[in-house]
Amino acid sequence: MTRLGSPVVWAWVAMLVVGIVAPFVVYPVFVMNVLCLALFASAFNLLLGYTGLLSFGHAAFLGSAAYVTGLAMKNWGFPTELGVLAGTAVATLLGWIIGSLAIRRSGIYFAMITLGFAQLVYFLIVQMPWTGGEDGLQGIPRGKALGLVPLDRPVTMYFFVFAAFLGGFLVIHRAIHSPFGQVLRAIRENEPRALSLGYDVDRYKLLAFVLSAGLSGLAGSLKVVVLQFASLSDVHWHRSGEVVLMTLLGGMGTVMGPSVGALLVIALENYLANVGSWVTVITGAVFVVTVLAFRRGIVGEIRAVVKRSFIGVKP
Amino acid sequence: MTQALFGQLLIGLINGSFYALLSLGLAIIFGLLNVVNFAHGAQYMMGAFAAWMAMTYLGIGYWWALLLAPAAIGLIGVAVERVLLRRLYGLDNLYGLLLTFGLTLIAEGLFHYVYGNSGYSYPVPEALRGGVNLGFMYLPLYRGWVVVVSVFVCTVCWFVIEQTKLGAYLRAGTENPKLLQAFGVNVPLMFTLTYGFGVALAAFAGVMAAPVYQVTPLMGSSLVIVVFAVVVIGGMGSIAGSIVTGLGLGLLEGLTKYLYPEASSVVVFIVMAIVLLVRPAGLFGREK
Repeated sequence: MTRLGSPVVWAWVAMLVVGIVAPFVVYPVFVMNVLCLALFASAFNLLLGYTGLLSFGHAAFLGSAAYVTGLAMKNWGFPTELGVLAGTAVATLLGWIIGSLAIRRSGIYFAMITLGFAQLVYFLIVQMPWTGGEDGLQGIPRGKALGLVPLDRPVTMYFFVFAAFLGGFLVIHRAIHSPFGQVLRAIRENEPRALSLGYDVDRYKLLAFVLSAGLSGLAGSLKVVVLQFASLSDVHWHRSGEVVLMTLLGGMGTVMGPSVGALLVIALENYLANVGSWVTVITGAVFVVTVLAFRRGIVGEIRAVVKRSFIGVKP
Repeated sequence: MTQALFGQLLIGLINGSFYALLSLGLAIIFGLLNVVNFAHGAQYMMGAFAAWMAMTYLGIGYWWALLLAPAAIGLIGVAVERVLLRRLYGLDNLYGLLLTFGLTLIAEGLFHYVYGNSGYSYPVPEALRGGVNLGFMYLPLYRGWVVVVSVFVCTVCWFVIEQTKLGAYLRAGTENPKLLQAFGVNVPLMFTLTYGFGVALAAFAGVMAAPVYQVTPLMGSSLVIVVFAVVVIGGMGSIAGSIVTGLGLGLLEGLTKYLYPEASSVVVFIVMAIVLLVRPAGLFGREK
């Protein structure tokens, strides 16, 4: 499927080049933030774009992993890798719990249920004594990569995050382009038929959910190492809505779309940071326009144009 | 001791009244339009603000606000349905949720920009000040009024939907809008009016809530998530079901606040988890 010279390979090459050059051109912390949220959105897309399940509670996984990693590294003295692993593991476990409950309903109920459970996680984190309540966790040390290379320098930190991002992205890419991914798409297109073909639909859905939750957790853990703090905004439902927007804007069901969406949304938020409430208004407006006018998203539209003009296939 | 218990139960009952009103509106809209109206919380907030603005800028009192605010916000709902929502019919119903989510962000952002984070208090109307001593507890009149009116409005809605010709059209549209249109009913108009009515109901709840809670731009956003959980628990299949579930969960929340206050904000979601395990379709729901 991935022949040399195919668009997918070119996209990978482009991503590698951009990823290596970016920290020397743009403010590294910004790029790292984009990478973390791009991974988050790509993990989310595995669920929305490829399985057809809209989770409105993905902030729960990002946020809980962020808090666990922060806590493990700050209070228990975990090394960086182990801290990230702990956060990812907790998010995966949480994904398994929430996932097995949520997949009992489908369609729009699924979205409401995941939103509800994410709110439950939010309230728990607000109330737990060790999360610092409104202040969040602050002053989390970055530690050393493999116990050797200190991560305090932006460049080393950057390549640590970039490597982890590539790892997570590769997992998603493999999952999509595997028989497992084909089954997920079959479920998205026609669930009863997938069921009648003998696939254990619930198991596949749950597996996709857990995978997505775990990778979202990885994104949250990385984010906390980069920014050195975890806050309630990471578990808030605004965050869950934001990842939906990133995926939708970039193009759901495309490999690169969510990353493009993440870049645009984060850039927009950074650019508008000093105009306060207008960020929310503009985010909402982008949401409305995307839903009404181009539901395929940016990468989806580009792909459609390329297919029409070069290959002559009607999308 | 019992005073505190009944006090919490009363607060629970009031919250439950709002859950019932809001989940009723959600259920009516979802039933016909197949749209999960995420903006329901924002519309509730706008109802409360409309009442507050009418009082502050125009000197219009509570009783007129109870009528005018839902009408005004309902009209906005009609416009939203005509201009925006209408374009999404026939698509996956995820898009309706996402569109109304975007609208929520716009509305909350705008109100936040103008009115900031702080809350505004809305006075209890003259006629409903004071309270009565029931022997086992002191009942502020306005709180009793909220519960009675909510139950009354919900009952009227139930009666109209289940027992009248208009309601029969609505139920027929919920079952099969195309067939209903073939019988000569103006279904697109019905969609518009239904959405407007659901929105007006949310705004009505907002006006009722204004004297009880602080009026703030974000008052509806966490409420709507609880109402979603209420809807999942009750199932959107039956009107009576959503009323009973709303009130019941409000009471349960009040009871939890008395017994174990830390859990009161999460008890609804825990009930949701249990219901999903035991009866995935919801207490009163039918699996579609």
